[in-house]
Amino acid sequence: MQPVLASFLTDVDFKSVLYIVAFSLFIYGLSGLTGPKTAVQGNRIAGVGMVIAVVATLLVDPFHNWFLILLGLAIGFGVGVPAARQVKMTAMPQMVALFNGVGGGAVALIAWAEFRGTGGFEFTPTYIVIFSLFSAIVGSVSFWGSNVAFAKLQELIDGKPRTLGALQLPAQLLTLGGAIACAIAITAGSTSEILIVLLLVLAAIFGLLLVLPIGGADMPVVISLLNAFTGLAAAAAGVSLDNQALIVAGMIVGASGTILTQQMAIAMNRTITSVIAGGFGGGGGEAAAGPAG
Amino acid sequence: EPSNLITNLAILVLSGFVGYAVISKVPNTLHTPLMSGTNAIHGIVVLGGLVLLATGDDLGFGTTLILFVALVFGAINVVGGFVVTDRMLEMFKSKPTPPKDAEGDAKGGK
Repeated sequence: MQPVLASFLTDVDFKSVLYIVAFSLFIYGLSGLTGPKTAVQGNRIAGVGMVIAVVATLLVDPFHNWFLILLGLAIGFGVGVPAARQVKMTAMPQMVALFNGVGGGAVALIAWAEFRGTGGFEFTPTYIVIFSLFSAIVGSVSFWGSNVAFAKLQELIDGKPRTLGALQLPAQLLTLGGAIACAIAITAGSTSEILIVLLLVLAAIFGLLLVLPIGGADMPVVISLLNAFTGLAAAAAGVSLDNQALIVAGMIVGASGTILTQQMAIAMNRTITSVIAGGFGGGGGEAAAGPAG
Repeated sequence: EPSNLITNLAILVLSGFVGYAVISKVPNTLHTPLMSGTNAIHGIVVLGGLVLLATGDDLGFGTTLILFVALVFGAINVVGGFVVTDRMLEMFKSKPTPPKDAEGDAKGGK
């Protein structure tokens, strides 16, 4: 490759233009997905956008860890394609939950790697730390919550609601509050790795406590909500990594996923609040508790 | 750099409104495919693993391992997400002939 061409390809502006092309295709594809006639094409257009975004990201010079990157992508293909092709139509919601979960897990791990790579965010601007830790908490919640949703729908665990009774709400508040407390301590300047591991673990327990009380019938709504969560986490990761493709793609999923969750709940005669409150086994007709959202 | 922060925040907020505007009213039959399609789009998190690995010189074993797992997770999310959405949407493409493996799914078509 000629040096001139190489420097053009790896130019920051060229990369940004490719990102703009990519997220335009995401938005166009997503609007196609809302109609039965345009949906197939819409999904494929978004897929093309994704390929462009990946290629743009790989245009860095010097390029490190190429073997690991190829290996990781190959494993991703090797696991993802057969899983998606072989799953039965009836088992697709839990497969979506699983794919959503690994996405959330990826965001959480990226935040952890950022923490380690910068020496515990010691010299990192505060706003980057806040967005990164937000993505770590939400990503971990999404990963573990989605895995519970998968396990329930796949009947690996009992689909019935499971709660700690009167301790349920205090336990949820304690774990989420603890994760936020860890985030505050790191933002305030603590560089101890124990804190970010504790943050991820507390967020994980919160994710489990969030989804375990929810009955199998309500699970599609919960998967949609966790999908929106992963989108928000991805958008936050995009701000912390200064990556505009991540910001746009994550945020349109965060926003559209929230609206979609609301519409799914309405279609099932439920409200998001009553689904999250859980413990009803998806019987339906539970009293609505104010505006959802 | 503060200017980056403001630009990125503006992009963040505007993207939120775009996402809100695009999903105005979706027919019930498309709820699950749309959820799956947006799931594939947030598979873009794979970029996070890619960019940190590709630009990272001498990351150390632990960080490299974490990023490698993140990359694999992200790749599964994006690849599996698009493929499974494509399969779901096959139901809408050819209404007269039901897909071979759609047993038990009565929701197909409109």
